[in-house]
Amino acid sequence: MAYGYYPGCSSHGTAREYDISTKKVCERLGLELKEVEDWNCCGASPAHATSEELSLALPFRNLALAEKQGLNSIMSTCSACYNRLKVADEILKNTPEISSRVSEIVGESYNSSLKVIHFLDLISKELGIERVKEKVQKPLADIKVVSYYGCLLTRPPEFVSVDPDPENPTVMEEIIGALGAEAPDWSHKTECCGASLALSRTDIVLRLSGEILKSARFADADCIAVACPLCYANLDMRQAQISSMHGVDYSLPVLFISELIGIALGIGYKELGMNKHMVSAKTLLTEKGLI
Amino acid sequence: MEETKWEPKVVGFLCHWCSYAGADLSGSARLEYPHNIRIIRIPCSGRVDPMFILRALQNGVDGVIVSGCHPGDCHYQSGNFHARRKFAVIRRLLDYVGIEPERVQFSWVAASEGPKMAQVINEFVEGVRKVGPNRLFKDERRDGE
Amino acid sequence: MVESSQNENIEILTYSEVEEVGGYIGNFDVKIRKKARFVDIDKCTGCGTCYQKCPVKVPSEFDMEMGMRKAIYVPFPQAVPNVPVIDKEHCRMFTKGKCSICQKLCQADAVDYEQKDEIIEDRFGAIVVATGYDLFDASVYGEYGGGRFKDVITGLQLERLISPAGPTGGHIKRPSDGKEPKNVVFIQCVGSRDIEKGVPYCSNVCCMYTAKQAVLLKEHLPEVQTNIFYMDIRSAGKNYEQFVQRTMEQYGALYIRGRVSKIYQRGDKLIVKGADTLVGIQVEVEADMVVLATGITPRHDSKNLAGILSIPYDQFGFFTELHPKLAPIETVTSGIFLTGACQAPKDIPDTVASASGAAAKVASLFSSDEMSMEPLVSTIDTAVCSMCKACVEVCPYGAIQEEEITLRDGTKKKQLIVLESVCHGCGACVSTCRSSCIMLRGMTDEQIFDELMAVAQ
Repeated sequence: MAYGYYPGCSSHGTAREYDISTKKVCERLGLELKEVEDWNCCGASPAHATSEELSLALPFRNLALAEKQGLNSIMSTCSACYNRLKVADEILKNTPEISSRVSEIVGESYNSSLKVIHFLDLISKELGIERVKEKVQKPLADIKVVSYYGCLLTRPPEFVSVDPDPENPTVMEEIIGALGAEAPDWSHKTECCGASLALSRTDIVLRLSGEILKSARFADADCIAVACPLCYANLDMRQAQISSMHGVDYSLPVLFISELIGIALGIGYKELGMNKHMVSAKTLLTEKGLI
Repeated sequence: MEETKWEPKVVGFLCHWCSYAGADLSGSARLEYPHNIRIIRIPCSGRVDPMFILRALQNGVDGVIVSGCHPGDCHYQSGNFHARRKFAVIRRLLDYVGIEPERVQFSWVAASEGPKMAQVINEFVEGVRKVGPNRLFKDERRDGE
Repeated sequence: MVESSQNENIEILTYSEVEEVGGYIGNFDVKIRKKARFVDIDKCTGCGTCYQKCPVKVPSEFDMEMGMRKAIYVPFPQAVPNVPVIDKEHCRMFTKGKCSICQKLCQADAVDYEQKDEIIEDRFGAIVVATGYDLFDASVYGEYGGGRFKDVITGLQLERLISPAGPTGGHIKRPSDGKEPKNVVFIQCVGSRDIEKGVPYCSNVCCMYTAKQAVLLKEHLPEVQTNIFYMDIRSAGKNYEQFVQRTMEQYGALYIRGRVSKIYQRGDKLIVKGADTLVGIQVEVEADMVVLATGITPRHDSKNLAGILSIPYDQFGFFTELHPKLAPIETVTSGIFLTGACQAPKDIPDTVASASGAAAKVASLFSSDEMSMEPLVSTIDTAVCSMCKACVEVCPYGAIQEEEITLRDGTKKKQLIVLESVCHGCGACVSTCRSSCIMLRGMTDEQIFDELMAVAQ
């Protein structure tokens, strides 16, 4: 059974390695992905900050196209895309007036038949963490990985459902545990990184992401696992700036969960696209004998 | 023979704890409401039997108004809810029989709402005046009984 | 309490539950289950040897799980009667069939593992409901740790730490490491005034008990700094406002107007992030201990009890009074009175006042053998009544009941009667009755028709 794959804009840009590693990992785990044909941007934050209709129409088109393609699910790796697709799906399901208006705007129809999931749902619910554990070839022994969920994976809890506890989710920790690594508890799992204010209010992003890095260091983490390109962008790309601001060299590699799974499954560093990170994980992974 | 101008004669069933007290208050506040209304005091709007309304019209009364406490404030907890339900049912019967809606009215007036009681009675009497005297349902045999 | 237990007119039944209530004012038939405590009340001398030697330790409910009790225990030292009870779920004798240390050591031979529940059925003239409240479960606030942080405690837990009879002997110690806290944060309105969590009401007592606790903390630990995050301060009682001002001026409590958005652990400190809305800034406090002023909720089984007593309750489970302003102690069921927090959150002076009120109402009820009532009540013509019971459903007071009578030839017959002491005379039954067999004295159909005739002339 194939899963519909919605890569989202970042997968072709700043988070290319997320796309690469996701595809490689799914291949290895026997999960067939079919990319949604002619998919468009989900709108993310800019859309719902400007126009509610636009913020629903953009994801709607993706849902309609996926359904037309004969897919029965749509999986996104980006938490913003997942959040927008899920919220739009729920709102459209429950308010027929809005649904017909949006359908008119887009010129497509959608019968609410798709299951909207995130990559974490794919691994933990669709496949099952036990099956991942079975295929681990290089257990990530002796590494402390803190899981950063960011805002959109668990909130608003009425719509998105990656984990039942929005304040203290544990699904990523469970996956990391199955890979053989240590997943310590830490204080900033769901704290905002500054998100899309990266360009308009960089000072806020530096402050908030700085707090996250500080707390990760405090928890004795070797690296941070993320499940969203925007979280990754702020924590990875701004790390050098934050390090010099704080007068501390954080050197905390920020890795996509798919990359961690890939390494544990025995896939190579370059193959997963991991050489594209700004804060390199090469030293850490070599030290631990994983690559 | 001198034709005296017709004045509506209406009956009001007012609940003792709220509407009757409200009418009392409008009296002590010297607010005027038409003399056309004859008030019958009942303990609760829930006491009103649909028969009262029909018998009143049968006896030639031109209009009937039933007034009780606001929903949730009934002195006897739930009497006005039962009254409201009964009224909804009898409203359908009255419509079917051809009694104009202006003739039979229902209102909620609290004990403190003197001005509102006066206004409600005023509006009711004017409504009845518009639809004219109750000739169709007056039982002529009852004249002089 | 001891005074009450020694009064010859008061019988205290502890560890007992009311299971059934029937009847009406002056004549309530009540079934009470006196649960077996496995200790003979008449033999026990209260020496305490049994619980001193019991090997099983269980988290103490009275100490809000901050200390331990034994499987055979007295909940607190001032308990009346001073007779222990055995917790069947944890006692080794009941769970594993071996131990019996308490029985062997008891010099009064009072421990009896075979003791059975006792059922008491009796008739009572009036019922006063004083079942109190439960505390809001703060673990639903995930942002405050959801119960995971040891040093985030509730107001009632702090009370136990302050109490000289409590688990720490009255020494304020952090639950995590036993150190004395230097910086304490109090958060008001946890589980009150919060529509999202289903508790839109104010719990009445928290502003004052938090101020009191800030004062006591300062008296115990002169170096402590207390920080209180509040929305509004409700100090409406006598001398309450002056007390709060003194808390700020004399005891150095820092009152910050704003909500706390998150608490997280950093090392052995708790970082409290909130807002100071009067200044307009974000605030971060590094605290050693955080106290949540948790709200008052109705008891979890209040709806059950309301069903047994046939009294109404509101959407939260607080019992409904007859009139919110004019009759806050009576209920629609004559003879059943409410007092204390089971009706609405209230503090000690208000509870004492309402209890005095309930006592006075009962005393006046009992002051004579007969009750005088308004005669304008309903009555049923049993010859016509078909017992369709439509009237029973519309009566808000439950005044129409079935009774069994014996006819002259010895056969039994069921019929409906109106309890005159319960009927309030509203007449809803009269307008509902299909066979016109129930009439309201003083306001019969005939009387109203006569009025109509007179008016229509």
